[in-house]
Amino acid sequence: MFPTLQIGPIALQVPGLVLILGLWLGLTLAERRALRAGLHPSSLYNLTFLGLLAGVLGGRLAYVLTYPEAFMADPSGLLSLNPGLLDPAAGAACGLIAVLIFGRRKKLSFWPVLDALTPVFAVLAIATSLAHLSAGTAFGAPTDLPWGIHLSGASRHPSQVYETLLGLLILGVVVLLPGRLRFHSPGVFFFTFLALTAAARLFLEAFRGDSTLIFDRFRLAQIIAWVLLAISLWGLGKLSSPNPARSETQS
Amino acid sequence: MVSPPSRFRLFYTLTLLLGAGWIWVSAASPNSTTSGLIPAPQEGFLAPDFSLQTPSGETFTLSDLRGQPVLINFWASWCPPCRSEMPAMQRVYNDFNEKGFTVLAINVTNSDSLDEAIAFAQLHKLTFPILLDHDGSIDRTYRVRSLPTSFFVDGEGEIREVVVGGPMSEALLRVRVEQLFQEPP
Repeated sequence: MFPTLQIGPIALQVPGLVLILGLWLGLTLAERRALRAGLHPSSLYNLTFLGLLAGVLGGRLAYVLTYPEAFMADPSGLLSLNPGLLDPAAGAACGLIAVLIFGRRKKLSFWPVLDALTPVFAVLAIATSLAHLSAGTAFGAPTDLPWGIHLSGASRHPSQVYETLLGLLILGVVVLLPGRLRFHSPGVFFFTFLALTAAARLFLEAFRGDSTLIFDRFRLAQIIAWVLLAISLWGLGKLSSPNPARSETQS
Repeated sequence: MVSPPSRFRLFYTLTLLLGAGWIWVSAASPNSTTSGLIPAPQEGFLAPDFSLQTPSGETFTLSDLRGQPVLINFWASWCPPCRSEMPAMQRVYNDFNEKGFTVLAINVTNSDSLDEAIAFAQLHKLTFPILLDHDGSIDRTYRVRSLPTSFFVDGEGEIREVVVGGPMSEALLRVRVEQLFQEPP
């Protein structure tokens, strides 16, 4: 595991680097999808960076409001680059709100934009697995299988590698699917990605060694993935059912 | 013949039933998730135990500090970010030490000058224990790849966070120490 890359006196955080590279690669793939959907790629870039900026600012503000004494003692902490001083839930909410407001102002259609961004989500899912692999986090349960990796005092399932491989498979589907479908309803790519990702998490969480348990037995991530799978399949069902009111978009 | 909507409903129901079955089958057995009992230098694991001496010869053993939050910080006097974060660590130590918080600042003495390490601690009036890792064995046990590296350990001896690199801001230190005093997440 390589959490840091030492270049002279500078220690670069490998997980952060992998995520930035993932975002860049995902946006590059999304450009083509955006053009097909009649969206200008710059709208996609603006939307993404506005969402990230609002997410970081909102996440930091929420953290400051939760621990005001710490930041009053050290106001320079407001500008700290440490992502550990962000509230992820508040950051996600702020990012989402900013994206919705921007989309509304620019008159961007919700589902085509989400479809165009699907490669970004798919590449980021792979980048997250690789970031976990480099940091040694999100580790697997102990195993006697020959492909187990020695990590944290035991031979363990290489859960991060499983996630990366399934992530690559999902990315392949997400990238190749538009060429296979002659007609599709807006939202179908996003719901397909969501269904596949939820199914992958539901399956692979069983091999994790750090699951959060509920009722001392069931893995929380599997329950959430099961609910997301139900929602995404329901969405796909709605999109594929005959509905003359909904216009079809040529891929 | 089954119509497409009926076929989809069947697929939907079967998939969700299969998923629910997998959740049931793969429910965690007691040893399938870490409960902080295995010693490893990783978040969620028990902090590996050690005994080290200060320059004055006083011995500190990590397991003796069970019950109180501890910050284990690996540092060297030649490392600029290590030097930058030490004053903030001292201020946080001053504020939380009475409640039971301790800092164990492990100097990687095998790759540092002992005299310069002691001079630095005296210059900044560091009052928390400066421990000397003469042979680098604790540095290797904790798999330290960059300096500084910090391990926030809770009262149960479990590593709650690893911060690689620095300097850590005082706000981060204060927040993490406050969290260590709170109930486990």
